[in-house]
Amino acid sequence: MSDDLILRVVSKFLIPVIVLFGLYVQFHGEYGPGGGFQAGVILGSAVILYLLVFGADAAHAVVPTRWLRWQAAAGVLLYAGTGVATVLLGGNFLDYDVLANSPVAGQHLGIILIELGVMLTVSSTIALLAMLFAESPEEP
Amino acid sequence: MMLADVISAGLLGVGAAMLVIGSLGINRFPHFYSRLHAAGVVDTIASGLFLAGLAVHFGPGLVTIKLLLIFIFLLFTSPTACHALARAAYSSGLREPESEDER
Repeated sequence: MSDDLILRVVSKFLIPVIVLFGLYVQFHGEYGPGGGFQAGVILGSAVILYLLVFGADAAHAVVPTRWLRWQAAAGVLLYAGTGVATVLLGGNFLDYDVLANSPVAGQHLGIILIELGVMLTVSSTIALLAMLFAESPEEP
Repeated sequence: MMLADVISAGLLGVGAAMLVIGSLGINRFPHFYSRLHAAGVVDTIASGLFLAGLAVHFGPGLVTIKLLLIFIFLLFTSPTACHALARAAYSSGLREPESEDER
């Protein structure tokens, strides 16, 4: 399907909008419906759309699977690291209150860090699943 | 306020009627391409009417701007999806039984 002009033009126009909407869902998750998991799925779907329209080789050039594996691990590390940091600062595991000077600021910071970790892991894992199902030229 | 409610309800009702007509076409039309025509054409206009009805209901504001953005998004994606479906069917060899040279 990579020779279709209409699909290519519309996808080029849409993929930035999809990424922007994913970031909106990510950072709006504190105030309304949304959050890390939903934002991760939307960002991953942008990669899947690129993979479907432009082919596996172009997708591997844009987001190498090695990066995606690092990103998936980094998200989990950020999540767990926030929990360990709260323990080291004297609270329970994932007790956000101790992260900053006031409990409210601590909750803010903790939730943003946790959701960022979830977004990194979910988006890279979803993109990775689709890209491994497509033919991968360089690594198994 | 009353007039806005009437206009909003009218737009929503016309949109719903469009969807009913479209689904009737999907059920009743004989071939893949004519069914796709019924689905793809009606899809865009019905969602546009729904969003216009909701915009009239909410009045000017942030919600209406968001509805307008959704409408622009659908205006691009819905015909593109229909096009991709038709093109995939055509390039994988599906043809209408009666006519040789369609499209």
